[in-house]
Amino acid sequence: MTTTVSPPPQRVPGRPRRRKRTTDRGFNRAFRWIAVGAGVLILAVLAAVAVFLLQQAWPALTAGSDELAASVPRYPEDTSLLEYVGPLVFGTLLAAALALAIATPVAMGIALFISHYAPRRLSQLLGYLVDLLAAVPSVIYGLWGIYVLGPAALPVWEWLSSWFGWFPLFAGPVSPTSRVLATVAVVLAVMILPIITAVAREVFLQTPKLHEEAALALGATRWEMVRTAVLPFGRSGVISAAMLGLGRALGETMAVLMILSPGFLYSFKILDSAQQQTIAAYIALDFPEASGLAVNTLIATGLVLFVITLAVNMAARAIVARRKDFSGAN
Amino acid sequence: MSTTTLSDPAGPTDATARTRAALTGADGARRRKDRTMTVLVWAAFVVAMAPLVSLVWTVLSNGAGRISMDFLTLSMRNIFGGDPSGGIYHAIAGTLIITALATVISVPIGLLTAIYLVEYGKGALARSVTFFIDVMTGIPSIVAGLFAVSLFTLILGPGVRMGVIGAVALSVLMIPVVVRSCEEMLKLVPNELREASYALGVPKWLTIVKVVLRTSVAGLTTGILLAVARVIGETAPLLVTVGVTDSINFDPFEGRMMTLPVFAYRQYSQGLATCPGGESASCVADIAIQNAWGAALVLIVLVLALNLVGRLVNRWFSPKLR
Repeated sequence: MTTTVSPPPQRVPGRPRRRKRTTDRGFNRAFRWIAVGAGVLILAVLAAVAVFLLQQAWPALTAGSDELAASVPRYPEDTSLLEYVGPLVFGTLLAAALALAIATPVAMGIALFISHYAPRRLSQLLGYLVDLLAAVPSVIYGLWGIYVLGPAALPVWEWLSSWFGWFPLFAGPVSPTSRVLATVAVVLAVMILPIITAVAREVFLQTPKLHEEAALALGATRWEMVRTAVLPFGRSGVISAAMLGLGRALGETMAVLMILSPGFLYSFKILDSAQQQTIAAYIALDFPEASGLAVNTLIATGLVLFVITLAVNMAARAIVARRKDFSGAN
Repeated sequence: MSTTTLSDPAGPTDATARTRAALTGADGARRRKDRTMTVLVWAAFVVAMAPLVSLVWTVLSNGAGRISMDFLTLSMRNIFGGDPSGGIYHAIAGTLIITALATVISVPIGLLTAIYLVEYGKGALARSVTFFIDVMTGIPSIVAGLFAVSLFTLILGPGVRMGVIGAVALSVLMIPVVVRSCEEMLKLVPNELREASYALGVPKWLTIVKVVLRTSVAGLTTGILLAVARVIGETAPLLVTVGVTDSINFDPFEGRMMTLPVFAYRQYSQGLATCPGGESASCVADIAIQNAWGAALVLIVLVLALNLVGRLVNRWFSPKLR
């Protein structure tokens, strides 16, 4: 009998028995690897974006300024690539910052409206309407900006210039075409409204109900409840929402390309034409006609844009992620 | 009167009213501020809706006049100057082909990544995938275009323009959107369904395919349609990757293609045509701008239809979980 009945296997102390993963075979394993592979592929794509841009930008990064001036149209003599990109970076940052300054207060208002003010039944529908703003293609924003908003905004720009002309941003003369950075900033602000609203709305909705009710029970008006309970809770969320909007505004191409009359100056005059240009619009304008080293130079400027937006987005996402870990809202 | 200091011989009703008045009426400044902020919050919403309404109305009123059977079924081949007989057929075809190709690339990758994140994802890899997908949603569209150009320059040499390059650029923009929305939808599938399936001895991969995906198919469709709507209007990446043409080209692996957004931009940038003999039926000075508005109308109808269908699919076909 001893030959047929073996004793039950003894657990070796100190070495925990591994549960055999009998289920992880065949299709199961293949499917898991495919899914993991897809996730890894996404990381690889992001890395590839950086690597290929760098690889294609390399000839421009290493070329001398004479060489660049000879083969790149509109490249001024005796400037390094950095000095050449400088005004573009300045224009990009200025346009995005203006758009952000316009969009953030409005977006917060909309987010509060949807989360705390609108009738409960309507709020989802109103959310869809705001999201539709994000769905409109940028080329249509361009057409709208140049034919509708530009002419409509011209009297406002003239008024601003005549009353606040002492302020550097609004210094005259006002371009009669309205193809100026101020118009661009308004269009960009409309385009980034939905993303800021969406994130801020989510954060505001997460405000603990008890905080709100406590504030109301203490006799706070609705606004005081929002100011004391909702806004402090959502502050970091709003900051990261604004940074996501900034990232979007930095990279927006078509609206800028179609509306702005470009210039290459470090100029704060947002009501005059031919002052600034953004990186994205510059690339889109010159790329179709470019060849040789000019292509590499444009890709190098694109690399600069990529680095800026990557930094802004990573910072924004890091804030959101940290907030998620500590808020206990989920 | 020992009950309360506020009550008086007139009776409790009056006391309540006076208490209420003391609580609400004493502080006019606070109430005024509350009113002001309510008005401002409502105004913010109205301010945001104004561009949407104005934009949709402008596109409708400017584009509707140009829409005709010819406009939708002819290309711009051999159309010069102010000749109003051209159309956008080549652009519609290009947009549909390139977007379809981008969808074919993005949906499997995006869906599988979402499955990985929801069903398998643990630890550092899953966290970094989530983080970088979020970062990827912020890649400027023109940079995605430049990436596709760089990639295909390495493979095919410089100066190549064809539809598939644009599709690759669009899928870089589309994948993170697909992952995000699919992830949300897969998370909605109750764990009880998975556990029931395991309890019946169904292997995990089959549970995912037959239970999880099947339960969330409506939501996934919605997510994918919204992602398509998001990239169908992209202009800048197509401008640098696909180029422009006036002819019909159905082959995304050979030669330039026209797409609706790029067509609208090109027509807009052509400006006014010169008509030597004055305006007539065969020469309209602002025909290019009319074309741009016509293309914009077709594009916006496509985008809004995709959005609407997407939302309705989710509303009508998603299983009622509760």
